[in-house]
Amino acid sequence: MCDERHKVNVTCRVNGREYTLCVFPLMRLLDVLREELRLTGTKEGCGEGECGACSVLIDGELVNSCLVPALQVNGAEITTIEGIADGDRLHTVQEAFIEAGGAQCGICTPGMILAAVSLLGRMPEPSEEDMRAGLAGNLCRCTGYMKIFEAVARVCQKTGTKVNA
Amino acid sequence: MRSCLPDYELVAPANLREALALMAGEPGAWKPFAGGTDLMVLLEAGKLPHKRFLSLWHLRELKGIEVSPTAVTLGALTTYTEVLRHPVLQQEFPCLCQGARETGGVATQNRGTLGGNIANASPAADSPPALLVYDAELELVSATGSRWVPYRGFHSSYKQMDLRPNELIARIRLPRVGRPRRHYYRKVGTRKAQAISKVVFAGVAEVEGGVVRDVRIALGSVAPTVLRCAKTEAVLRGHPTVESTVAAAQAALAGEIAPIDDFRSTAKYRRRVSLNLLAVFLQSCLGTVEQGPGPEPWYGA
Ligand SMILES: Cc1cc2nc3c(=O)[nH]c(=O)nc-3n(C[C@H](O)[C@H](O)[C@H](O)COP(=O)(O)OP(=O)(O)OC[C@H]3O[C@@H](n4cnc5c(N)ncnc54)[C@H](O)[C@@H]3O)c2cc1C
Ligand code: FES
Ligand code: FES
Repeated sequence: MCDERHKVNVTCRVNGREYTLCVFPLMRLLDVLREELRLTGTKEGCGEGECGACSVLIDGELVNSCLVPALQVNGAEITTIEGIADGDRLHTVQEAFIEAGGAQCGICTPGMILAAVSLLGRMPEPSEEDMRAGLAGNLCRCTGYMKIFEAVARVCQKTGTKVNA
Repeated sequence: MRSCLPDYELVAPANLREALALMAGEPGAWKPFAGGTDLMVLLEAGKLPHKRFLSLWHLRELKGIEVSPTAVTLGALTTYTEVLRHPVLQQEFPCLCQGARETGGVATQNRGTLGGNIANASPAADSPPALLVYDAELELVSATGSRWVPYRGFHSSYKQMDLRPNELIARIRLPRVGRPRRHYYRKVGTRKAQAISKVVFAGVAEVEGGVVRDVRIALGSVAPTVLRCAKTEAVLRGHPTVESTVAAAQAALAGEIAPIDDFRSTAKYRRRVSLNLLAVFLQSCLGTVEQGPGPEPWYGA
């Protein structure tokens, strides 16, 4: 039960596993993931929606987890960077980032990969402009972006068709 | 400094009726909370004085886009992404779609709502100028009923609006015109995504044989509220879009806007860009410039 003052029960699925948590309703999804579930793959950059380091998918849609209050994920299906590989087999987008050198310090990478997965889910063959728009909310201080775009382009060449989340 | 979470409440009413009943029971005690893209930023910065919130995000009554022969009606919870994906909006209300496309990035577009953008009442917000040129009307609901008000005039002064403490914005209605119109929308910011406007301009016009039959112009970031520019419109209506008309309209616009210096830009720059965008809009009405970004604004002294 959840009887601490102002805390509420929130039930959601994260990477396919169901959790019931007792949390403050305005706790950021970012903190729920990192502090409550110890899923520290999701990063915090700015904490104000500007950088995309905290990007995750809620019901398949890209969001900044620093701006989503815990109460609003009650009943939702969340995918974090920990949930996109298939066991030991990396997701094609992860593989492409490694091959293209799309990560340096790595802080932006989990969010960048989820933004790319979300983009390719909507548009299997994005133009360069689509790529730029799709990743515009994810900032990187290291790579200069070109290798990130290259990674996304590689995925398209490899799969030819749809990339799954 | 970050806010102290135990001080805050967020509850999820089961339906709209329950939400309105809570608001009616203690007027002013509960504030609406939609996608949270404005409110969570304030929370994180320790600048959210209000403590009790009603989550609207799950309320079906406030969702969806309905198309009738005379209007398109959008639930207040309509996100930018939903605006962008809607074929009728793309076709008939392209300024609204363009504004949505240039708001934040994909993640913000997936969570930010039109109702939140309106009620946040920023004079720099990007969808209000589009809503103004399309003569949007708002449905405001409370436990005792609903009223429709023109969006024009909704913001009375900086951050002030015609919304009572027990009311929610429920829907936004855009009348369909059914005649061909020229649409022009341009946001000028520091970068394409994730930037707040220095100036935002929206215009629609009906032009026949080079004469402006009807026109609507609205700007953001140039006054304490988003601004519909009635005087400029009056100068243009019924006149050919020749150079002298453009100059007269620019003079009228210069008198209507009241930009300020702030950390995002200067009054001088905002004034110059506003007048340039008006000229580009009028050129586009003659068909010499494609609708869309248009040429770069003027950067000189
Ligand atoms: C990274 C980032 C980039 C952004 N970029 C832009 C941009 O380019 N252009 C722009 O205009 N904005 C931008 N914003 C601001 C914000 O995303 C928009 O204003 C958004 O539309 C707010 O909607 P929301 O549902 O998230 O509002 P919330 O944060 O949930 O609420 C905002 C305000 O509206 C009130 N409210 C919400 N819904 C209702 C309702 N139905 N009835 C009455 N009151 C209501 C709330 O009480 C609150 O005062 C950005 C924000 C972030 C974090
Ligand atoms: S930490 Fe969430 S967007 Fe930067
Ligand atoms: S790899 Fe360092 S921020 Fe992108």
